[in-house]
Amino acid sequence: MKEISELNLPEYVSYTEDHEWIRVEDDEAAIGLTDYAQDQLGDIVFVELPQPGDVLGKGEEFGTVESVKAVAELYMPIGGEVLAVNTALEDSPGLVNASPHSDGWIIRIKQSDPDELNILMNRETYLKMLEGVA
Amino acid sequence: MRYLPHTDEDIASMLKVVGADTLDDLFSTIPDDCRRPGDLDIPEALTEWELNGLMETLSNSVAISPEYKLFLGAGRYDHFIPASLTHLLGRSEFVTPYTPYQPEMSQGTLQAIYEYQTLTARLLGMEVSNASLYDGASALAEALLMAIRITRRKKVAVSSLIHPYYRRVVQTYFEPTGLKMVELPYLENGRTDLSQLDNLGDLAAVAVQSPNFLGCIEDLATVGEKSREKDLIFITSFTEPLAYGLLKNPGSQGADIACGEGQSLGIPKWFGGPGLGMFASKMQYVRSMPGRLVGKSTDKDGKNGFVLTLATREQHIRREKATSNICTNNSLCALAAAMYMASLGGTGFRELAKLNHDKSEYLKQALEKAGFKISFNSPTFNEFVVEFPANFETTYVRLLEKKIVAGLPLTPYYPELAGRYLICVTEMKTKEEMDELIEELGN
Repeated sequence: MKEISELNLPEYVSYTEDHEWIRVEDDEAAIGLTDYAQDQLGDIVFVELPQPGDVLGKGEEFGTVESVKAVAELYMPIGGEVLAVNTALEDSPGLVNASPHSDGWIIRIKQSDPDELNILMNRETYLKMLEGVA
Repeated sequence: MRYLPHTDEDIASMLKVVGADTLDDLFSTIPDDCRRPGDLDIPEALTEWELNGLMETLSNSVAISPEYKLFLGAGRYDHFIPASLTHLLGRSEFVTPYTPYQPEMSQGTLQAIYEYQTLTARLLGMEVSNASLYDGASALAEALLMAIRITRRKKVAVSSLIHPYYRRVVQTYFEPTGLKMVELPYLENGRTDLSQLDNLGDLAAVAVQSPNFLGCIEDLATVGEKSREKDLIFITSFTEPLAYGLLKNPGSQGADIACGEGQSLGIPKWFGGPGLGMFASKMQYVRSMPGRLVGKSTDKDGKNGFVLTLATREQHIRREKATSNICTNNSLCALAAAMYMASLGGTGFRELAKLNHDKSEYLKQALEKAGFKISFNSPTFNEFVVEFPANFETTYVRLLEKKIVAGLPLTPYYPELAGRYLICVTEMKTKEEMDELIEELGN
């Protein structure tokens, strides 16, 4: 497994305690799993995706990722409506391992309350949290 | 692998380690209203000879074959069990009802389950079978829950010709959950009426049984087409898997999930259980499938080996989020079924199925010739419904005294079918026994 210093965590996204990232583009946002989480889970063999149109609140489960050793739930960093899901993951779930912060994105949403973003972590805080748990 | 009970000393020392005073303390997290306040109301222990006496009395109080000539099926079927099966099943290496807790060290058990899965998938024409569930009824309930997981819809349509007890079990699963089961009526020909499907919105699944509780073979292909048209999960249930030795299998008719009772495959009727829940599905739904799955793999030296696979969906890993928490594999019964299917082989299975059908047709025609009306005109396998005249109850009792059980009266299950009896003929019934029944009915 990677050392914390080896993690590739972009500056331009926000992070949650459950190890999702969210990248905001105007009133839309992309959501995925952090490099740390994919590394901990190991080889991901299946991603269960929600359906476009699903409206989910902050903290609600929007899917699962299954690795050879565990299944982890995915939680909404903020509330919103699912606009799109990364259908490439149906055939290539390993994209979450190979490229967690770009090609391995999981869903795109339309935010219902942008203020919810304020309580998420930036890269620095997230790293601090990881140092605490690592 | 042996299962030995704990002594009082074992229990006391374990309690000491975890810091509990009594066994009950371990259950303190379970709400009081979910717990039985007193002890179970059961009589004092008996001596071995008293117990033998009690069992004999019990056994004498029920009509069992071969002493009685049973023309009874309705979910439990009287089939011959080859002596080889009884012998092999008694081997201590196999005698456990469970998947072992250290599965991969028990390669023999895993291979046996793998063979069972393979034979089940072939018999039902499905892509993947699990290691088995409790029985046909819970398998149906699990199939409906699986369809609800897949479609995220909360209502299912179930044929009223599915075994009445299976429907009751489904009701038990559904009642506290807010899920809804709608029953589809049946037609005059003894098949399920599908016309209501057009009026029911937001359905997750449609489930039919074939042959159904009236013995009639359902038109599965039509149910399959209808399901695709309405975007439903198509579930076929069964109580008599032997029928698929002769009939087109559920997979070829478009079933998404095929499930049912495997008692016919080398398992005695016992006292109503344990049975064998057979459960198979299309591969695309494998991750929503309840229960254990054994897969074939290779070890580091490239040798074949067997492993539990997709276990991440299961309760020991996913707890309350598991695909099912009521899905113990009935391993010993599954093993019996695997041995049974393997002993008969494809040809033997087909011949036995044909024998059941032909014998049943013989009695059906003899009854018609004797002036009794066959209630439904759809094709049947080894069971059918016959209409006996008013006041037949006295004849039924007279036949019972002659050790003949003339079928199952349908009134308790279908009040509108008063005077109708469900008759079953397996390979175990001789021509003489059937002729005797006809003769006695004429007296």
